[in-house]
Amino acid sequence: MGYQFNFAPVFNNFDQLLYGALITVQLSFGAILIGLLIAVPCAAAKTAGPAPLRWLVSLYIEVIRNTPFLIQIFFIYFSLPALGIRFDPNTAALVALAVNVGAYATEIVRAGIESINRGQIEAGKALGLKGHQIFRYIIIKPALRTIYPALTSQFIYLMLNSSVVSAISATDLAAAGNNIQSTTFAAFEVYLVITAMYLVLSLGFSGLFSAIGRKAFSYPLAR
Amino acid sequence: MFRSFGPNEALYIITAVQWTLLLSAIAFAGGAVGGMAIALARVSAIKTLRYAALSFIRVFQGTPLLMQLFLVYFGLSIMGVGINLWVAAAAALTLHASAYLGEIWRGCIEAVPAGQSEASYALGLKYGDRMRYVVLPQAAKISVAPTVGFLVQLIKATSLTSIIGFVELTRAGQIINNATFQPLTVFSLVAAVYFVLCWPLSMWARHLESRFAVATAR
Repeated sequence: MGYQFNFAPVFNNFDQLLYGALITVQLSFGAILIGLLIAVPCAAAKTAGPAPLRWLVSLYIEVIRNTPFLIQIFFIYFSLPALGIRFDPNTAALVALAVNVGAYATEIVRAGIESINRGQIEAGKALGLKGHQIFRYIIIKPALRTIYPALTSQFIYLMLNSSVVSAISATDLAAAGNNIQSTTFAAFEVYLVITAMYLVLSLGFSGLFSAIGRKAFSYPLAR
Repeated sequence: MFRSFGPNEALYIITAVQWTLLLSAIAFAGGAVGGMAIALARVSAIKTLRYAALSFIRVFQGTPLLMQLFLVYFGLSIMGVGINLWVAAAAALTLHASAYLGEIWRGCIEAVPAGQSEASYALGLKYGDRMRYVVLPQAAKISVAPTVGFLVQLIKATSLTSIIGFVELTRAGQIINNATFQPLTVFSLVAAVYFVLCWPLSMWARHLESRFAVATAR
């Protein structure tokens, strides 16, 4: 193999890659936050809401889970303007990621809610807790603890999946690679370094999530 | 100035589904072979093999599929093989599927009670027979639902090959959109075709899962 590896163009433009990585992290955390804000009410609606609402939430989940993320982001970025809804690339990326992770997280949160023993809720009622108190302290808190591993691996998958937003010229890490690659032609080297950066990001996310998990869920189980 | 969106354009998109299906089938077949090797290596008695398989899974599950596609695509070209989109797309998706199926099937093998292995060991079965006649048939039963679930993920993942220029369902949609500039119609149709492919599989996976849950409930 007569190929000479040339990493100089990659490291000369490393600031661009770091900036891209920052955008990737921002998009991921933004989408996680909005995704959870979508998921908790949707999961509550799907377990205890009226039939039309349950049907609507199911439709949302099935449509998102059975179509590729790339098509979802094309739809939001290219198709919605035809209906008069226009986003710049990074906003479209955030919206697409949030809507996507929201659907997956809804299913995970719902499974958590359904894992709560009915007796717990009845005990809460017997103690005179109000509906929102029961939901917060008896349902959501232990449910979150149960589903935390599934939820966080979904979030790491989301971060990796966010590389797809480079296809609509958002300015994330993968897009920074596309830019450097198109001017320096050191494509393999650029993507090799970026792949390593994504690996570091996923290790970082997983370390951060387990640290948060240890802190938030360290209270003892009463059994 | 734009071509209008008619039955021919819709047909072009719908027939492109054959490439999505063919690519999914190739990646699934390759991933099944690779995944079986990875799964067996993960539960192997040889430490080096276990760690090698674990690193493979960590790398492929810890990096984006899009980057794996780019690396295979540009990697083939610097090896002087020349760029063949079929080879690049199939190779990248096969590696991706091997890592995921390997991890799924490892879980299924480990879910077979240890007593089964111990009993066949006590009966004098060698590794090959123990796996073939005792452990794997039981693991296979457990693995059906998650494997079908992964198939949905794989079909959706083939859409990323459109970014390196492979013409399948998504790329066909982009081509028609560039010619007709009807993004709402085009991407709704593309999404609908994916949905028709994936939704029955998802339902089937869920059905298998619930049936399995009933069968193993105590």
